[in-house]
Amino acid sequence: MAAPIILLHNVVKKFGEQTVLKGIDLTVQPGTIVGLIGPSGAGKSTIIKVTLGMEVATSGTAEVFNQTMPNRQLLGQIGYMAQTDALYEDLSARENLKFYAVMKGLPQQATEAAIEHVVNVVDLAQDVNKRVSGYSGGMKRRLSLAIALLGDPQLLVLDEPTVGIDPALRRQIWRELKRVKKEGRSILITTHVMDEAELVDDVALLLGGKVIAFDTSTNLEAQYHEDSIEQVFLKAEGAE
Amino acid sequence: MRTLAITKRVLKELLRDKQTLALMFIAPILILVLMSFIFSSNQTIDVKIGTVTVGQTLDQDLAKTKHVTVKHYATKKAAAHALKKQRVDATLRETNGNYHLTYANTDSSKTAAVKMAFKNAVTNAQTTGLKNKLVQATTALVTLKQQLPAAMQAKLPAQAAPKTQTPKVTNHYIYGNSKTGFFDKILPILIGFFVFFFVFLISGMALLRERTSGTLDRLLATPVKRSEIVFGYMLGYGVIGVLQTIVIVLASVWLLNVEVVGSLFSLVVVNLVLALVALACGILLSTFASSEFQMMQFMPIVVIPQVFFSGIIPLASMASWVRAISAVIPIKYSGDASTQIMMFGTPLSRLGFDVGILLIFLLILTVLNIVGLRRYRKA
Repeated sequence: MAAPIILLHNVVKKFGEQTVLKGIDLTVQPGTIVGLIGPSGAGKSTIIKVTLGMEVATSGTAEVFNQTMPNRQLLGQIGYMAQTDALYEDLSARENLKFYAVMKGLPQQATEAAIEHVVNVVDLAQDVNKRVSGYSGGMKRRLSLAIALLGDPQLLVLDEPTVGIDPALRRQIWRELKRVKKEGRSILITTHVMDEAELVDDVALLLGGKVIAFDTSTNLEAQYHEDSIEQVFLKAEGAE
Repeated sequence: MRTLAITKRVLKELLRDKQTLALMFIAPILILVLMSFIFSSNQTIDVKIGTVTVGQTLDQDLAKTKHVTVKHYATKKAAAHALKKQRVDATLRETNGNYHLTYANTDSSKTAAVKMAFKNAVTNAQTTGLKNKLVQATTALVTLKQQLPAAMQAKLPAQAAPKTQTPKVTNHYIYGNSKTGFFDKILPILIGFFVFFFVFLISGMALLRERTSGTLDRLLATPVKRSEIVFGYMLGYGVIGVLQTIVIVLASVWLLNVEVVGSLFSLVVVNLVLALVALACGILLSTFASSEFQMMQFMPIVVIPQVFFSGIIPLASMASWVRAISAVIPIKYSGDASTQIMMFGTPLSRLGFDVGILLIFLLILTVLNIVGLRRYRKA
């Protein structure tokens, strides 16, 4: 088996007195989608922050592409989409994309093509020159995803990418994520929409700063004798 | 490369925000024009004096004084009544060669003006009296001389008639002209104040918005260096500061006829450094604010005290320990330097102290900012 893209080993993170992560083990293999599922406050966002090197683990190791995080240079190979849209509203979609392309360090001659590509993927080609302030919520979300997809990064880290999005658009986004996976790239995604958990390869159930189960959704359902991840989650939560 | 991209983005965002743009470039000019009206057009105070049984010479002298109107009242009671009804600002009564002045004293500047006018009038009246006596004495002397025998007259030295005309006074001004006033003195400081105020407020807000909207997190999730973000912002707002200085100075010269002795370039350099200090201040403080409203709360703490210690209120009149506070006020240094440039034409090379101190401020704040961004990303 190839080396894992993300390897978190026994990660503990404390903020002052509060321990948010209590020994997290998590692996993301190349070409897989891993879903982090858990109630709010379980530590999903903190795992993402440690993975990206925004925060340093109090103890334990966090490695991405076999290198210890935080590592600024590695961030160029990671596409990140936050819970908030994080767009510059006074700029057009194209200007937003161009700006982030420079920040990510995309080669200048490849930028135009990369922008055309991601814009088509998220179906924003017609509105790419409009200012973001005039965008609907769904369009902003898609643009945000487009920025994460810029430059075909080997790893996508998506924090609740489908929150507040209508079903048709959600399906479209998932179609794109599947395509990314097929190309052998990896995705770490957080969600609290349980039926999305059926779409990922591995599910990490997160509760109170611990991964209480980590397996494929089918295996988990079998293991807990339930027919949906939502039921598994409720059962696991009850067992804790 | 990234630095420039951030600069470009910052400027683009600003250019599209028409209201902020107007605030930065039109508001200062509007305020300056208003201030020039307030501080220069009405330097004089008009007063009305009610007089009762005052000698004619004094009365005329008073009436001849500029900005003084004299009203005559027959009785002391009538004058007192006029004073009470605010028809006059003071009353003057003469009894047995002594003067009694009664002031309304509701406006100290008017009281002072009346005192001044009265003192001048009395001096004038006395001088006129003396002059008249001198003329009488000279005439008497001439008559007396003519009565002397011719031999005696030849022995006496020739005596010229006393000169009575006063010497002519011409005023020369090194800086400005007779209309130069308080406004001209505070203008160099005001330019710095405007640059500081707007750059501080707008850059602080911009970074705050970047933080609350999540774009800062997203920015830091790319390989960009923390220093590149800070420098990008500095470059962008540096350009704004330069443009603002140029606009304000040109407006002062053309609209308000202010004389600028030194070079515009030196002035721009000083205010550019100040703009960068303001920017660094704004970015630093924005990290302590969690909303635009909290950012506004820094105004009375950071910006208003700067006005007091910037030199607009003369520092020399303050207690020495209060004056010591001004050592940490950036606008004071830019104000000193700008005053030197605008009023004395001092070259930039001789303003090393002021510019140097500003650069030290800038260095410290910039380092704090770059380190401070570690809060959001640990690498």
